[in-house]
Amino acid sequence: MGGVHPADKKITAAKPITPLAVPQTVAIPCAMHIGAPAEIIVQKGDKVKVGQLIAKATGFVSANIHSSVSGTVKNIGPVADASGYTKQAVFITVEGDEWDESIDRSPDIKRNIDDLKPEDIINKVHEAGIVGMGGATFPTRVKLMVPEGKKADAVLINAVECEPYLTADHRVMLEKGEELMIGTQLLMKAVKCDRAYIGIEQNKPDAIEYLTKLSANYPGITVVPLKLKYPQGSEKHLIKAILGREVPPPPHLPIDVGAVVDNAGTAVAVYEAVMKNKPLFERVVTVTGDSVKNPGNFLVRIGTPISALIEAVGGMPEDTEKLISGGPMMGKAINSLEIPVAKGTSGILMLPKSLAHRGEPAACIRCGKCVDACPMGLEPYLLSKLAKLKRFDDLEANHITDCISCGCCMFACPSNRPILDYMNFGKGKVMAIIRSRKK
Amino acid sequence: MSNLLTISPSPHAKGKETVSSLMFGVLMALVPAFLFSLYFFGIGALITTLVSVGFCVLFEWLIAKYILKTKPQICDGSAILTGVLLAFNLPSNINPFIVMIGALVAIGVAKMTFGGLGQNLFNPALVGRVFLLISFPQQMTTWPKPIENRLNYLDAVTGATPMSFMKPRPEIDHSALDAIQPVDMLMGAMGGSLGEIAALALIIGGIYMIWRKIITWHIPVSIIATVAIFTSLVWLIDPTMCVNPLYHLLGGGLLLGAIFMATDYVTSPMSDKGKLIYGVGIGLLTVIIRLWGSYPEGMSFAILLMNAVTPLINKKFKPTRFGETKTK
Repeated sequence: MGGVHPADKKITAAKPITPLAVPQTVAIPCAMHIGAPAEIIVQKGDKVKVGQLIAKATGFVSANIHSSVSGTVKNIGPVADASGYTKQAVFITVEGDEWDESIDRSPDIKRNIDDLKPEDIINKVHEAGIVGMGGATFPTRVKLMVPEGKKADAVLINAVECEPYLTADHRVMLEKGEELMIGTQLLMKAVKCDRAYIGIEQNKPDAIEYLTKLSANYPGITVVPLKLKYPQGSEKHLIKAILGREVPPPPHLPIDVGAVVDNAGTAVAVYEAVMKNKPLFERVVTVTGDSVKNPGNFLVRIGTPISALIEAVGGMPEDTEKLISGGPMMGKAINSLEIPVAKGTSGILMLPKSLAHRGEPAACIRCGKCVDACPMGLEPYLLSKLAKLKRFDDLEANHITDCISCGCCMFACPSNRPILDYMNFGKGKVMAIIRSRKK
Repeated sequence: MSNLLTISPSPHAKGKETVSSLMFGVLMALVPAFLFSLYFFGIGALITTLVSVGFCVLFEWLIAKYILKTKPQICDGSAILTGVLLAFNLPSNINPFIVMIGALVAIGVAKMTFGGLGQNLFNPALVGRVFLLISFPQQMTTWPKPIENRLNYLDAVTGATPMSFMKPRPEIDHSALDAIQPVDMLMGAMGGSLGEIAALALIIGGIYMIWRKIITWHIPVSIIATVAIFTSLVWLIDPTMCVNPLYHLLGGGLLLGAIFMATDYVTSPMSDKGKLIYGVGIGLLTVIIRLWGSYPEGMSFAILLMNAVTPLINKKFKPTRFGETKTK
């Protein structure tokens, strides 16, 4: 049901992951995840090492934050992030590159997971501050703590990467396949289930082939090639594609149909955290765009300003009129090069003038293309109209809260109508109304 | 540099279709039917189509500019499409003044009074056609004989259409129908409105529109299937009540209506379920009017009646919400 087929433009698919030089200063925000911001535990003037805890999770849905560099805390203050809002952040002046001694920096792959108990894995994941790296940044620990009375029967590894342009997960699969497999085993163990599926879209045949070969040595792990369709990387749609089950409407969660879904990059981070004692302080970022000189995939320290990434690909092309953090379907347009790379930054995309602007909106011709495209079975034309009229009770009755903001409706709209803008506005209001009702 | 960057909410990508690409796609799909019509009706088909398109565009432009005082949206192609569809529903030897009145009713009354593209409740071309059918019954129900009238326009020799023989009435000589071969109906060698005669060309157009994802299969298939099943049932029960269902499927405006008129975006339902209900409704009403009504053809009335029900269908038949499908 639903979905669209944007041109996939994976121009960096063959570019190996290159470590980006450590910048001179980093700004590490303390809210890079869904949930409560972490509480900063360092002070101005403190010396920190790579991998040292600098902000502690507060509350159940929250995540630890570690320094990605060694140096001196220069300042603690606000920094604008990709959302456009400012967040408290730790600014660190880089001095050398001294890693915390407990981190295993050897290139060997550690495979023995037999002595680990599920709690050990979950605790490690929490300590290492791991969050969903596909972009949603939901704390991974919470997903791994299967609620009382529910049972996980399959781990799904989300390696769909259905956003056009992005290739970070694709490269991770090719270059860190073993780590991905062991990370998947760890996730299976943590949620006490014995099968896992790695869902990969068929535009990545090399990754499908490589991981299928590897999976022979990892009982219970199956690679599932998937037909191309956006938004197949949405958690619910991946579950449907692989297990054939539909997660019932909110407040139901994937675990209600026995599924735990984690991103491919997240699985590798879990491996590194548990087996190598390495917290989440760097990630792979695709830096790309149609007219970018040397687009590529980079291993980047969290907190690195986007300007450093743009420099690494040969600067911003002359014709760039839109800069996006993430992919073109759900990414956020940004207007500053000082925005730091965060745990959920999967890509930086530079769009030329021809792709940067929306078309002039025209009248709705009631063609129903938004209805056909909506992967949630909603009626975007109606919801946007109701949101415009601020009819919040009707919006709720028409399930606005099911909307995953994937953008298929606007992609499909021949009249260039700002459907999703209205829907996001309506959804925000309705969610607030629902929350206030509970109080 | 950063001051030049555009900020807007996601998505930052857009599919290729626009209103005009869709409208011109439909026009492309109408080309085969138009070519067949030119072959059979010649100069009359050309003049009637040009007159209809010309007046539709002119009225849309005049009304938008001088009455509604908005920017005329001629480039979106919808007025052109209305003009072509109106012409396709007229006999090819019709007086141009009648065409002009039809265009005025279609664009002026059925479309612009409601607020223009996207706002109208009824299919404009069909409102125009039905207005003319009621106002000029004589001119609207005499059709030129195909081929022999290629070079005649207003002076064309007229004849009956298969629809005239299809009423289940004793005074009608059904044997006249035997002279018409279904293969002629498929190719369009029969009397009828300008664009409705060549079943094959209309089907090709329909397949093209489904392939290009301009329309979905739901509306045409449900209409055609309903008419096929309903007429077959009546025919099997009592052959004097109803002629061979093949004549019902290939004759009259059924295919033109099912493929091009009923699928009009603005006036048809949004969800797949709704489209099926709408199609079944049109099929049922068409057969009822054809067999028991006083007009020989019921397609236009059936579509307009179901247009009126469309808002209710949209309200009642929603798409299936994700998570509510029964799964394993």
